[in-house]
Amino acid sequence: MEKTSGIPSLEAVDLHCTRGERTLFKGLAFTLRGGELLRIVGANGSGKTSLLRIACGLLEPTGGAVRWGGEDVRRLQEEFWSRLAYIGHANALKDDLTAAENLRVACTLAGIGARDAQIVEALRLLGLSGFERLPVRTLSQGQRRRVALARLALSEAMPLWVLDEPFTALDAAAMNCVQDLIGEHVSRGAAVMYTTHHEASITAAVSLRIDLEGS
Amino acid sequence: MLAALRCVIHRDLLLATRRSSDVLTVLLFFVIVVSLFPLGIGPDPELLRTIAPGVVWVAALLASMLALNRMFAADHADGTLEQMLLGATPLGMTVAAKVFAHWLISGLPLVLISPVLAIQFDFPQELLGVLALSLALGTPVLSLIGAIGAALTLGLRGGGALLSLLVLPLYVPVLIIGAGAAESAASGLGGDAQLLLLGALLVFAGAFAPWAAAVALRVSVE
Repeated sequence: MEKTSGIPSLEAVDLHCTRGERTLFKGLAFTLRGGELLRIVGANGSGKTSLLRIACGLLEPTGGAVRWGGEDVRRLQEEFWSRLAYIGHANALKDDLTAAENLRVACTLAGIGARDAQIVEALRLLGLSGFERLPVRTLSQGQRRRVALARLALSEAMPLWVLDEPFTALDAAAMNCVQDLIGEHVSRGAAVMYTTHHEASITAAVSLRIDLEGS
Repeated sequence: MLAALRCVIHRDLLLATRRSSDVLTVLLFFVIVVSLFPLGIGPDPELLRTIAPGVVWVAALLASMLALNRMFAADHADGTLEQMLLGATPLGMTVAAKVFAHWLISGLPLVLISPVLAIQFDFPQELLGVLALSLALGTPVLSLIGAIGAALTLGLRGGGALLSLLVLPLYVPVLIIGAGAAESAASGLGGDAQLLLLGALLVFAGAFAPWAAAVALRVSVE
């Protein structure tokens, strides 16, 4: 069991993933320790999302295993999930709820007890001041993404973030803000794993990169 | 953990109030089906009294099946289900909270309105309570069994038809026992035995169905 700065490492061993007939990747291995930033790159359909879902334990790999502090994540279940913040392709927002209500539900499900003031502050940080009480239905795509990402501002205590295309639909200002959030989180000693097609410049002491094309 | 469960129930109820047409569809379907029988069969009080429990129960069963599709579909479509799967609360508990909210929205209104509808059948007033009680115990069982089916058929094309085929055989015992409660009470035997059986079914389904549905959800989301 390897530990850096008190945070268990996420370890992928000989991962193999097939979807339908196609083999997406084979023999993939990496170790992500606290304070490290891991970017997954690859073309559309190369298996980036599948890899992230396997890392979260949402998807069972065809072969191999993902371990958190030496234990299989699919065996750890809630013990692992309560320490993980996952933002997927879908924003997980309800059209009929307001931005603040959506953020509160997302936080409560993740086991984060956030006060009203913190929720308002997180939305303000993502540039959504004045939109807290509007139904998400009335917001633009970029603003919806911001509401989903506002959860990160309240997930400081989560030692692992897994982000699937976090910058989609964001403008430059919001993108900078999210990059800063990720940078700060990594410098706090947490691990972040993400994919993006954007030119991201996140400052991190250790930046890893996995190219799914090459594997 | 309790906060998360309360949050799920509160959220689903809030969504139901903001989109009340979904709730009304189920209730309206129930009212229409039950009300059409006296019109179609004709004013024979003896016959109507006999068929009342069966008609109310069949209509409640169909109405509850109508609402099943929606139990997880919206959460699956917008990604909330993934967050529930990766939540800090055990998934079985979250599913139990969702089923409870689903019953409050689609089952409880049927229970509350059933005595009014049974009057159309000249059903003896002193037995209205037994009928409502049998529905109050039986409809949550339907929701719980339905949750397993809804979780298994989530995201499938033509899932609706498959869902009906899947849960209908499991609904039949509940229907027989549920409708039997008011029938045997009407014949003077008392419906206690059936009500106790329904209660036992509810305890059994409440204890196991959410976990079965949780396992099914994990498979469906892969």
